[in-house]
Formats: sequence, structure tokens, C-alpha cells
Amino acid sequence: MSDSTDEVRSYTVRLELVDEPGELLRALEPIATNGGNLLSIFHERGNVTPRGHIPVEVDLEATPERFDGIVDALRDAGINVIQAGAEQYSEALTIILTGHLVNTDLSDTLSRIHESTDATVTDLSLSAPEGTDDASSARIRLATEEGAVDETMTSIRAVADEKGLHVIEPLAAGGEA
Amino acid sequence: MRLAVIGAGAVGSSVVELASDHGHSVTAFADSSSAVIDSAGIDTAEVLDRKRTDGVVGSAAPEDALSAEYDVLVEATPTTLGDAEPGFSHVQAALERDCHAVLANKGPVAERYADVRALERESEGGVLFEATVGGAMPVLSTIDDFDPSHITAVRGVLNGTANFILSRMATEGLDYEHVLAEAQDLGVAEADPTFDVDGTDAALKGVIIANVLADDETEYTLDDAEVEGIQDISGSALELARADGRTVRLIAEVVEGSVRVGPRLVPDNAPLAVSGTRNIAQLETEHAGQLNISGRGAGGPETASAVLADIGRL
Repeated sequence: MSDSTDEVRSYTVRLELVDEPGELLRALEPIATNGGNLLSIFHERGNVTPRGHIPVEVDLEATPERFDGIVDALRDAGINVIQAGAEQYSEALTIILTGHLVNTDLSDTLSRIHESTDATVTDLSLSAPEGTDDASSARIRLATEEGAVDETMTSIRAVADEKGLHVIEPLAAGGEA
Repeated sequence: MRLAVIGAGAVGSSVVELASDHGHSVTAFADSSSAVIDSAGIDTAEVLDRKRTDGVVGSAAPEDALSAEYDVLVEATPTTLGDAEPGFSHVQAALERDCHAVLANKGPVAERYADVRALERESEGGVLFEATVGGAMPVLSTIDDFDPSHITAVRGVLNGTANFILSRMATEGLDYEHVLAEAQDLGVAEADPTFDVDGTDAALKGVIIANVLADDETEYTLDDAEVEGIQDISGSALELARADGRTVRLIAEVVEGSVRVGPRLVPDNAPLAVSGTRNIAQLETEHAGQLNISGRGAGGPETASAVLADIGRL
């Protein structure tokens, strides 16, 4: 990867919010106003931390420079930032798996990918137009550690091979421009 | 130049038809069963007409064309794998008598590149094969102009039939079998489309590019390529890709000495996401960033244009 600072990357930020109305919106505003692109918000409403706060996981895209600004702005606004994911997850990867996904236990497939690669599945879309007994397709977005894309792809290929699934891989970053 | 054209399919016939337009004469022309030879230049219109009506080009034996008088042998017989015969022997015959050889047939340069280059070194004649990669597109000559040592990777859509099928499937939401049948009706896919859809054709082109990039240090053949086709791509996979701003293309990738062909996810708006039968080659250059060459990757007059461009370069 290049070290250029204008390159947009994916980040995962874990926040802890006070259980009050408007708190989530207040947490998202600094992200939008500082140039972050929100990808997904996982709001664990029923899951309360020992201190009585609600954990929220936010996936966003931003340049590294803007991301620093976002974290600063969140902290300035009094939002509790537990983990700013720059260190942890930094490369997003999208693949499509096709084949008998359901019959080969999709959830096992995903956890095997997770276990063998340290990559996190951040998004999953399943399409099974012929019903779940027939071949289906799934688009999977993964967050993986910086520089670990090749390793992650190798593991995914191995899991898919074993289950007779087909992987449509993304083209390397260089080819996407 | 005086041309001996071996092979009377779409490409060979187009070379014969367009030769005089480029200032050349055709002194020999052969199909698989017959040949016509005239050291003063054959009557191209009459011969092409005979090929259309009677199915033969002339009354001589096909091998007689190899011993006719010519400066350039144009090898346009169908691509064969393994020993690449009879195309390889045709090229050999031309080089051994110090004539040039220009190929539209991928076999000899994909399967026996080192042999072809060895013959060329012993000959006064040269070998050029622009037409084997990307039809009318100047891919190999651009690599040559930049010098292979300044090209770090080549990625591309190098099979129009597979690309037509994938782009139709994506825009119309149709299944593979349906679009393949439609492509055959339109003449975009051949009756036996195996080499197009299983990735072999794109892989041969990738192997030829790898041979050119390796500059005689390593020889590549089809066996060195990792190849996957598009037969298993479903409409639902394309649908999922589209919902995410992406699409699937059969990409040939030559990078760091490896040749890989397979369906890959590319952003919808990427240069590589060409649609229909269009082809594209994307060169990664050492000093000048990416260079995209796009155009018609197949067809008689298109491929013949690349052959005639090669003849002009000799």
C-alpha cells in the first residue's frame, strides 16, 4: 500500500454512548461534518456495558488525515471513544461466494474465514433466487488488517475449495483505479 | 511487400482483401485443402469470390504456398495447443528461408515461444504477432515501445465473447445459458464457445504478454497460467455485485511472472469494466502510471489491421 494521505480507507470505531435520546445522532454528527463516509452502524441497544453505557460500532470511510480529525471531534464532543480502529482494521475487501452456500453451512463458512484470517465480516448479502437448496450467492465485505489482504484471500480460497464453493475475487488495488 | 497468406478464415481472407490498400501484393494464399500461387500477385477479388462460392481458393496443393515467392508469411490458421502445428512449421519454413513471419495464430507464440525466438535469431527474417493479443488494439507494440522492462503489470479484458456474456447477464439480469444462446444467435459466440468461456483464449493472450514481458528470460506456456472460466457465474452473483457498485469481468492478469485468468470483481466505473464485445488492456508502467488501450479485440478486418500494421513495422 502507498502511504499517501489522500487515500480513503475503512475504519471501525467503537463508541460508548449514554442511554439518552439524541445521543446516537450527536455521536454521528462529528463523523459527517469532518468528512467521514458512514458505511454501517451497529447499535447494540440491548447490550449494556458495566458502566451502563450502550456500545455502538461504526464503520466509516475516510482519509487517514480526516479520520484523526473525526476521532478528535468525537472526543471534543464528550463522546467516549473506546477504540479507534485505525490500528486494528484498515483494509476493506469485497468478495462474492457462489455455490451451495446454505447446504454447506454459511455460518460455519463465515466463522472459519474469521478464525483463520483475523478478518471481520462487516457486511453480508445473500441471494438465493432458486431457494436455499439450490446454488446461491453471497457478497461479503471483510475488514482485514493492513497488508493482510493476500493472506486473507489465501485462507478464503482454502475454505471455499474444501466446501466446493466458488470465489469471485476483487482485482488488486492497482487495477481498480 | 509480397505476402503469402496461410489460412483463409475471417482473418486470412481480410488480410488478402485489405493487402493492396496497404501497398502489398499477395503472391500465395492457402486454405486447409488448396492454394493459389502467382508471383505477379493473385487476383484477390476473384480468389475470395471462389472461396465463398466453391469453398476452395485455388487448384494448387496447400503446402505449395510455403515454397512460393514472398517476403512475409502471414500465419492465420486456427490456433492449436501443444506442438502448435501446423502453424509452427509454417513459421519455421518462412524463417529458414530468411523471410519474415507475422502471426495471427496464437499457438506458436503461446506454446513454443522459445522455439520461435530461436528460429528468429538464426534468420534474417523477423517475427511479429500483434494480432494475437487484443485484435486491432496495439498492445504488444506499445509494450515494445515502452520496453518490456518498464512495464510492471498488464491487466485486461481480452475475450470479447466472455465479456459480452457477462455484461449482458449483468444489465439484463439473465442467466448464463440464456445469454450464451443469444450470443451464438448473434454470431458473437461460436458454435463451440469452450475456449472463450473457459478462459483458455484469454489465458493464451496472457501467456503471450508474459513471454514478451519476460524478454526471453523465462518461457511461458498455457500450463503456467492459472485459468478459471465464467461458466459458473450466476445471475444472482452479478446482481449482488451491482448492488454494491461493482461488476464481474473475466480478467487476464500478468504480474510478477504469473499469469492468471478468472472472473474478478471490478468497480462499475473502472476502465476495465468495458461492456459488450469490447476489449481493454491496462498497462502498469514504471514511470508513466496506467495506460489503457481499448478497442475491438476480434473480427476479420480488425485483426487483419493488426497484421498489416505488423507488416508495416518490418
